[in-house]
Amino acid sequence: MTRELWKGNDAFAEAAVRAGLQAYFGYPITPQTEALEYMSARMPELGRAFLQAESELGAINMVYGAACTGVRVMTSTSSPGTSLMMEGLSYIAGTEVPMVLVDVVRGGPGLGNIAPSQCDYNQIVHGGGHGDYRPIVFAPANVQETVDITYEMFDIAEKYKTIGIIMIDGSIGQMMEPAEMPPMMEVRKEVPEWAVRGGSGENRRVLSSIYLDPAEMEKTDLRIMRRRQQIENNEIRYKEYFMDDAKIVVIGYGSAGRVALSAVRSARNKGIPVGLIRPISVSPFPTDLIREISKSVEKILVVEMNSGMMLDDVVQAVQEKTHIEFYGRMGGLIPFPEEILDEIERINKGTKPLTDHPRNVWLDRMDSIIAR
Amino acid sequence: MTTQDVKNMEIVYERPEALVDINYHYCPGCTHGIAHRLVAETIDEMGLIDKTIGVASVGCSVFTYNYFDFDFVEAPHGRAPAMATGVKRVRPERVVFTYQGDGDMLSIGAGEVVAAAGRGENITVIFINNANYGMTGGQMAPTTLPGMKTTSSPAGRDVENMGYPIRASEMLATLDGASYVVRRSLHDAKNIRKAKMAIRTAFETQIRGLGFSMVELLSTCPTNWHMTPVEAAQWLESNMIPYYPLGDYKIHPLVAEIKN
Repeated sequence: MTRELWKGNDAFAEAAVRAGLQAYFGYPITPQTEALEYMSARMPELGRAFLQAESELGAINMVYGAACTGVRVMTSTSSPGTSLMMEGLSYIAGTEVPMVLVDVVRGGPGLGNIAPSQCDYNQIVHGGGHGDYRPIVFAPANVQETVDITYEMFDIAEKYKTIGIIMIDGSIGQMMEPAEMPPMMEVRKEVPEWAVRGGSGENRRVLSSIYLDPAEMEKTDLRIMRRRQQIENNEIRYKEYFMDDAKIVVIGYGSAGRVALSAVRSARNKGIPVGLIRPISVSPFPTDLIREISKSVEKILVVEMNSGMMLDDVVQAVQEKTHIEFYGRMGGLIPFPEEILDEIERINKGTKPLTDHPRNVWLDRMDSIIAR
Repeated sequence: MTTQDVKNMEIVYERPEALVDINYHYCPGCTHGIAHRLVAETIDEMGLIDKTIGVASVGCSVFTYNYFDFDFVEAPHGRAPAMATGVKRVRPERVVFTYQGDGDMLSIGAGEVVAAAGRGENITVIFINNANYGMTGGQMAPTTLPGMKTTSSPAGRDVENMGYPIRASEMLATLDGASYVVRRSLHDAKNIRKAKMAIRTAFETQIRGLGFSMVELLSTCPTNWHMTPVEAAQWLESNMIPYYPLGDYKIHPLVAEIKN
């Protein structure tokens, strides 16, 4: 096995191919487009389905159709495209068919920009499409992790007949890093029992998300939620660093978590007892872990590239037992390690009890932070 | 006539195998039932019942899958051609068709059907044009005729304000990817027979890999038109056909060779 230099967008595309991907449907959008371009050459070369759709609406519904036949299928897009796909994602969730989506998040709202951001957290993690469902969302922090998670995500999505989303930000999609590709998996030949294939009478299969009878809809919602419960029991993933004797813990995912690690290392060199929790599964969220940790640490600093969307999940987990502060950069800006180090040092020196929500406290300080 | 006489009678017509033996939910006099039967008979006659995957849409035809006795998926509103594309691209050996109304295909789903036709997607679209949104209670559709009263154009469709109807067959026929695009009507027996032949040709087009095919079927909606079934058929003939002329709008030379 060799490590090669891979661009993030190409890397997750190749990882999906190696996971036995049978069909890819997508639409160009920066900073994700390289994945579409990569697939446009790679999939036909292997005799697999590739199509550039007319829109993200078209792409997600092509995915929906292919998913109903039981093949391994995916799409990738970036934030405005994800908004457009929310309709299809809701239908796919309601039909209980598996698929994989990679969202390469950029700055927003609106057209925003094409710089790296984590502002899709609420849309992706807390649902954006209508109805009672929660997708699985993993947020890797580097190219290798993106490769490994993409490779595994198809199995996970199929196991729970659900949507598996890999949420990276534009910088992970665009950066090149050494990564080792997993072995090429054989394309699955057999058709899953539930999939449409062209059958009639007793072998007829109808796949739909419509349940006119509310009692039947509720049964379906319960089935989906029970599978969600299993997901919450089985699929929590995170990494922890320097946690053994930590008095302060930084919590951040994806690129924010990666930058935070640099800051935590510098703080450790200065003798500050700080550790890092980097959630990889943001849905399901490691609530129990964070609740447990909050009992033994004194202060928590949440770092994100948004206005504190995961912060709400942390606050809910901690339930005001521990002092929580927030540091976020928005609009497509990545925080520098020095910025986070400043925050760690400030918190380490001593903090007054918060009189307001951590988001408001951070917002009040933002003007002076930007002025530096 | 004795029981023996009945037993000796030749069976000239029975329910197609491809239709499930249940009652339609459609209103009395609605031509959805006829369109379903024509599709089912064609599937039977061509031996496609175990080779077909249907794509239902949103509107009165949302329950299409209840009536056909073969595999079906149900698309979001307007997205059936995209969903059918996804099915067809991974199961190219299957016959894949959508069954869509005018609100679904020509309003919210105009983008998807134009893109599918432009790509020459090897699918068939059965397009039901009844000049209004039936399921939601008779609102104005892209196909609603100028001056026609609906629940959302109570004074009649004012083209200055609400724009003009869209002629789907004429529009899609301009695309190189479309190989077979025709308009038929379901208002009388003669036209129903012609409609069935067109559905057969459309499926044959797909089986031969010749690209996008669509059969537009002028249909009645007696309930929302506030007419009896007979009045509705007459109204269709005298009002819809002049605006939506029946005919063949696109026949690829290779499709023209198909003999049914």
